[in-house]
Amino acid sequence: MLKYILKRVLYMVLTLWIVITITFFLIHAIPGNPLASLARNLPPQVRANYYAKYGLDKSVPQQYVMFLKNLFHGDLGESLKFPGRSVTDIISEHAPISARLGIQAILIGVIVGIVLGIIAGFKRNRWPDHLVMFVAILGVCLPSFVLAALLQYILSVKIELFPTAGWGTGKYTVLPTIALCFGSIATYARYMRSSVLDVINQDYILTAKAKGISNFSLIWKHVIRNAIIPAITILPPQIAGIFGGSFVIESIFAIPGLGSNLVDAVNNRDYTVIMGLTIFYCALYIISLLVVDILYGVVDPRVRVSEDTTE
Amino acid sequence: MTEATIDEKFKIIGCEDSDSEKIARPTMTYWQDAWRRLKSNRAAMISIVILAILIIMTIIGPHLTPYSHEEMIAEERNMGPSTKHWFGTDELGRDIFTRVWKGGRVSILIGVIGALVASVVGCIYGGIAAYFGGIVDDIMMRIVEILVSIPYLIVVILISVLTKSKGMGSVLLALCITGWCGTARLVRGQILQLKKKEFVMAAKALGVSSWKIITKHLIPNTLGIIIVSITFDIPGFIFSEAFLSYIGLGVQSPDTSWGAMASAAQNNLLFYPYQLFFPALMIALTMLTFSLLGDGLRDALDPRLRQ
Amino acid sequence: MNRILEVKNLAVSFHTYAGEVKAVRGVNFYLDRGEALALVGESGCGKTVTAKSLMRLNPIPPAEIKEGSSIKYNGKEVLDMSKEEIRAFRGAEVGMIFQDPMTSLNPTMKIGDQIAESLITHMNLNKKDALDKAVQMLERVDIPKPEERINSYPHEFSGGMRQRVMIAIALACNPRILIADEPTTALDVTIQAQVLELLKELQSEMNTSIILVTHDLGVVANFADRIHVMYAGKIVEKGTTREIFYEGEHPYTWALLSSVPDLYEENRKKLYSLAGTPPDLLLPLDGCPFASRCRYCMQICKEKMPPKTELSESHSVSCWLKHPSAPKVEKPHILRRDV
Repeated sequence: MLKYILKRVLYMVLTLWIVITITFFLIHAIPGNPLASLARNLPPQVRANYYAKYGLDKSVPQQYVMFLKNLFHGDLGESLKFPGRSVTDIISEHAPISARLGIQAILIGVIVGIVLGIIAGFKRNRWPDHLVMFVAILGVCLPSFVLAALLQYILSVKIELFPTAGWGTGKYTVLPTIALCFGSIATYARYMRSSVLDVINQDYILTAKAKGISNFSLIWKHVIRNAIIPAITILPPQIAGIFGGSFVIESIFAIPGLGSNLVDAVNNRDYTVIMGLTIFYCALYIISLLVVDILYGVVDPRVRVSEDTTE
Repeated sequence: MTEATIDEKFKIIGCEDSDSEKIARPTMTYWQDAWRRLKSNRAAMISIVILAILIIMTIIGPHLTPYSHEEMIAEERNMGPSTKHWFGTDELGRDIFTRVWKGGRVSILIGVIGALVASVVGCIYGGIAAYFGGIVDDIMMRIVEILVSIPYLIVVILISVLTKSKGMGSVLLALCITGWCGTARLVRGQILQLKKKEFVMAAKALGVSSWKIITKHLIPNTLGIIIVSITFDIPGFIFSEAFLSYIGLGVQSPDTSWGAMASAAQNNLLFYPYQLFFPALMIALTMLTFSLLGDGLRDALDPRLRQ
Repeated sequence: MNRILEVKNLAVSFHTYAGEVKAVRGVNFYLDRGEALALVGESGCGKTVTAKSLMRLNPIPPAEIKEGSSIKYNGKEVLDMSKEEIRAFRGAEVGMIFQDPMTSLNPTMKIGDQIAESLITHMNLNKKDALDKAVQMLERVDIPKPEERINSYPHEFSGGMRQRVMIAIALACNPRILIADEPTTALDVTIQAQVLELLKELQSEMNTSIILVTHDLGVVANFADRIHVMYAGKIVEKGTTREIFYEGEHPYTWALLSSVPDLYEENRKKLYSLAGTPPDLLLPLDGCPFASRCRYCMQICKEKMPPKTELSESHSVSCWLKHPSAPKVEKPHILRRDV
């Protein structure tokens, strides 16, 4: 198992390096170097300083080596738009806000989704099932920004239950969290429902029934445990979805998180920030993929063994 | 009952061979059977009708009003729905009814073309990987693994930032650049599974040519899941386009799409909620119908569920 | 009282999108203490449904046990039991083994826990005692190193070993009846014999009654005391093993016997295969269900259900050939060979 994790970590570092390289050369491959085009209108002396500061006086491969060296020391460069503000600062300042929102959303999304899916699976074709599936369909077809607008309009403008926008107490997180996690709830509810239905028809459920054990044991130990394991595999796309969702949701609710910073950077064509945040998000995602993989190995005994045998 | 009839009844007539070997139910081809199942799925059939209406409206809709999608009428700004402007006007005085269908053209085209391109690329890529196997397969799948370990929307944003033009083409490029990975994995997995199946082995053992095996066994048995995956991809692409437009990277004014319209309406939400309502409704309706159709197709095309 | 189980007029239907499938159409039989009864028939004849009905394991809906059916265990009506009663009945009084050992064990639960589960439920043991008992059970079904094996997961076992585990689970609470639904079909031939032998051993050791459901007459020859042949949801012939093998009267029994391979050189001939498929149970059946595939089919067979003819105290058959007006037919050669 340790060997397996080590192998995965190495693989992860390799992937990350490839992503960094591609991102770097893509940004620098834009015709008429974007970094240069921003500096074009500056006076010659200032421009020379500017070039030196961002390493633009060197060749692209040299810049690449420098970038990697800095990256190794945790330095992702400085914002083009706001000189003096380093990308690392932006991340350390705004990431906690996004992280709180994201973790809240993923936890609620997964837990509520799983519970609803299990209820729907067990009450198949009765009203709880129809209700859950209605909510799930709604979640699948409503883009998060539409839902966010809807929530804002109804729950803060019309009923004034929650603040419209901004960041502060826990109250501020309610609407954005709902908007973010609704899609996950829908996906998980649908997935768990079919997973439960699948498990219920397995032979081992019949074996368990033939033992005469209590309904609680049957549902908990035999059905739910087996139904939840495959649900772990759809966790990564949910995490990616929440990243993506956070970009717009944070903008809509004026939350000073990383997502809204990325959107601002995109609108300002602030390439160093875009590059830095892209790398940060990718790293985060790749790590989460690894964690999910290890988690899967821990819960499913079959995976543990097949990994051992392939060694 | 007379003696004669009793004797008659107790005369051994045996079984007619033809009778016992006859299969009671009529045979159906795969596609006939799939169509029968799809037809019996009410949600999927309603979805097809709604989708057809939506598509027809995106073609003829803009011509049903006297306005063009970019025509601004200064004195008729932010007007609610009325007989003059069926869906109202936006903050620049443009007719929303006209714009919704004009934007729908872009949204649906991006969804359909994007899904088709992604599927074709994915099929070819996955097919090659599975067909050659070995080291080719290994390398090709490692590449896919790296590509999918980058969050999709991040790639899309990055590519959109890099391509300067803001037309449909660059949006499509951004969406398709890694959009095919899922299909490639799906196709590869399916073909690898099929290659191991007994009926393919049997065909090989009987000396059927590779070409025949590919066209008679591999493609028909993969087509089903590809069609289903296209149906599920389309709403995904429409959603991604809406998302891109929403953060200002999609289609630029005066052209529009549902996402761009929703984005523009967001600013006026407090005062003119109807401006968000119509594009949002169209997005939701399209995603809903494609999802339901996809569900129906999956049930109809999955041979394992055939009864 | 020696009679442990009595099934009367059992009828089970499944409600499907295409209509009502009458899978079991009025089945009567009994089971004595310590006896082995075999239900034999080809796939789809209703034998598994019958077996599952004894423990009320068919999901309702789509299944429906028809009005007038009766299953009496030690004189108590199983079909009238409350949910708690049926739960106490399953596992403790009746154990069941299923066809496919590869899918019949919970993949995410340790073997020991799966055996201990019913012990904890029915015998009020604590977890430790139950696991000790599980080790004993594994030992009894000849699993090597049982102390270590209770911590294994099913995928670490071979098919034959898993079926042994299934037997251990089914017999853990020392039930009075063991229902074995095609217990050897999914196994290799050599393993089949081992598993059957083990079942036979445990049966005499624990004085359990066994209902063996199978499509393979070869399997039951040395195993069962009595054989019931089922076809299209009905029992067409009942008798002791001797009576069925030597004096079988139903053309379907003959067909089944003829399709058992024969090892003796002098008897070797083309293996008999029965043409056609069983009737569609969705459609109403007026005549004998076997009529369309029967070599000796008569006009009457297609029109009226044959009555039951008692040949001896234990032997009965439902076939028009037994009617006095029917022509005498010569039994096939297969019945006269040594079993």
